[in-house]
Amino acid sequence: MKSNKNHSRRNFIIGGLAAGGSVVAGQALSAGDAAIIDKQPWSNELGDGVDVRPYGFPSKFVSNVKRRNVEWLTASTESSVNFTPIHELEGIITPNGLCFERHHAGIAEIDPTQYRFMINGLVEKELVFTLDDLKRFPRENKIYFLECAANGGMEWKGAQLNGCQFTHGMIHNVMYTGIPLKLILQEAGLKGNAKWILAEGADASAMTRSIPIEKVLQDCLVAFAMNGEALRPEQGYPVRLVVPGWEGNMWVKWLRRIEVGDQPWQHREETSKYTDLMQNGKARNFSWEMDAKSVITNPSPQAPLNHARGHTVISGIAWSGRGKVREVHVSLDGGKNWRKARIDGPSLDRSVHRFYYDFDWTGEELLIQSRAIDSIGYVQPTKDALRKVRGSNSIYHNNGIQTWHIRKNGEVENVEVS
Amino acid sequence: MLKCLNAIIISSGLFFAAWSDAASSEKFGLGRLATQQEIKAWNIDIRPDGSGLPKGSGSVVTGEEIYLEQCASCHGEFGEAVGRWPALSGGEDTLKDDDPVKTVGSYWPYLSTVWDYVNRAMPFGNAQSLSVNDVYAVTAYILNLNDLVDDDFVLSRSNFKDIAMPNKGGFYNDDRKDTEIWSAREVCMSDCKKHVEITARARVLDVTPEQEAKRSGREQPTNKSKAETSQEASLAGENVKLLLRGEKVFNKCKSCHALGESAKHKIGPHLNGIFGKAAGQQTGFKRYSKSILLAGENGLIWDNRNLTEFLISPKKKVRGTKMVFVGLKKPEDIEAVIYYIRSADKE
Repeated sequence: MKSNKNHSRRNFIIGGLAAGGSVVAGQALSAGDAAIIDKQPWSNELGDGVDVRPYGFPSKFVSNVKRRNVEWLTASTESSVNFTPIHELEGIITPNGLCFERHHAGIAEIDPTQYRFMINGLVEKELVFTLDDLKRFPRENKIYFLECAANGGMEWKGAQLNGCQFTHGMIHNVMYTGIPLKLILQEAGLKGNAKWILAEGADASAMTRSIPIEKVLQDCLVAFAMNGEALRPEQGYPVRLVVPGWEGNMWVKWLRRIEVGDQPWQHREETSKYTDLMQNGKARNFSWEMDAKSVITNPSPQAPLNHARGHTVISGIAWSGRGKVREVHVSLDGGKNWRKARIDGPSLDRSVHRFYYDFDWTGEELLIQSRAIDSIGYVQPTKDALRKVRGSNSIYHNNGIQTWHIRKNGEVENVEVS
Repeated sequence: MLKCLNAIIISSGLFFAAWSDAASSEKFGLGRLATQQEIKAWNIDIRPDGSGLPKGSGSVVTGEEIYLEQCASCHGEFGEAVGRWPALSGGEDTLKDDDPVKTVGSYWPYLSTVWDYVNRAMPFGNAQSLSVNDVYAVTAYILNLNDLVDDDFVLSRSNFKDIAMPNKGGFYNDDRKDTEIWSAREVCMSDCKKHVEITARARVLDVTPEQEAKRSGREQPTNKSKAETSQEASLAGENVKLLLRGEKVFNKCKSCHALGESAKHKIGPHLNGIFGKAAGQQTGFKRYSKSILLAGENGLIWDNRNLTEFLISPKKKVRGTKMVFVGLKKPEDIEAVIYYIRSADKE
């Protein structure tokens, strides 16, 4: 293990020297690298002082790391989605500014002094809270993934978008600080016939979803912070609902009201949308849990292999709405043979897991895939297996195995295999 | 001395009482009672059993008028949809097809969902602006577009539950745990299949957004709005206060109109360079109404006076314009938004 590490470190240094990557490992340059020999301005001049960047941004050299949308998908950017650049990220946490956005009427910019949270319906006392009131409840910190049910929805009819940002980027993984919704409902006092809640947003679409009371009492959070700071406006500032493991649409942003009722409301987002149309013309509803899924983020079409044959790191993410990820397997030959990948970093319930597979690339073409198995033993299916039971019109819950085709020159393409 | 000690014990007893473990108790004494008026303001949801529906009614005929004025620019005059906006009608018997058309008529299981959604979220960019009777009327018209009610139909709370939606029986609860995907727990590790062939390629379709060259070293990302940026450069003679107000007012326009460097035509034309130009002259915009084109030919120039009159009441100024907008009431808002639109031309 240790010699491996040294080996890759040496390659890294030489790779930097070589610029084109053609220098044989271990061999020195005759003259020396200008990046070392010449004096660089940053080693000579003073840089920006403190407070020039009171809220820090990433280096200007990584300005390509950003959310992107697919313009032809939607009619207007105010009711649209963009995608997390998962091919540019490491570890398991998504930085706040890179969490994908999905809005139905643009970003609501809510003045926190005018923010109110209401509980009404089948409760003993219908209550109103300010943001400060909410922050007086006991809090929890939890890391959860949020995945849009339509993540991968453009891929049902075949490989379409060339980049994991677009095929798998409707996901983010964040540490939330919030109040168990159960505590707030206890404060109001649930009536005996309380079976469902309706969560409602304060934006101009007044987004609503029905959620069964068992889930609400089990683990839903009313969150006001993400990754240590206030929620970003595009993620629901000042308050959003957290519904661990369940489809992202239910995590109502700009949350302003919870109504308690005895039956589901059957609103637009749980009838016309977020229902899965099957081959026989019938549609499955209330398919809330997100199935186990994984994807290799590097290499991938937007992040090709930039070196010749030799030691290579495959990196990717895996998650399950039903628990932890127990194992991830990687195939280099389109699913003929599989090897166990190494999961590194925290392995948490309903959180993104990071996996690696290190190998020596011979320089030949590869068909790389990953397959997740979660803690209840569910095995991520192939896309064909999914289509066999669902057809290709269900839009949502596409958790099929992704294949990337690596060419000899290191370029990567989104493909499907037999 | 003894008294003093007692006092300490008593006070520390009080101290501990104030510290009782809050987490184990049921209530925290937080929040206040909601008033009936507050609940009424927010509690607008409608359920399939009709609960929540306010008293009122609306006819297909009235609904058509409102629809053509407020909905047709996105959803199409017959609910067929413009561009990628949602279609509201048609699609009968397509749910088994390769390209199913999911509309109110072909897919939506409950009428209450239509009423609720129109009421809470429509028209896009001017939500919750329709009266109760208007929502009944628009809902009635959408039913009519789907041939579910006659032209003389009037929808009301009392006949709401009589409407049968065609696809009501088209849904069933999540059954993923009954499928073979769920039970396929065996994991093959080697020689899992004999042949592997590529069957589809993303590049063939070529629909992936272009990506800029890596490490282009473009300027620092910024969260500043246009007005904020100008605020810093107020030496350029910008009226920053007016600009900020205009930017805010423009939020009412931006679902249909884009402005600025990368502006493209949306439902309406982009507004770069519109000031001082004749009406109907934005290059490449193909959806002008006949009335706007005619007005331009007859010499309507978008100067301060004409723009102001148009923004007070678009349909009064140009009869037959497709612009779905009730108009701005405050003169200050109109002044600000015109200033804001003009600011794009100074860049």
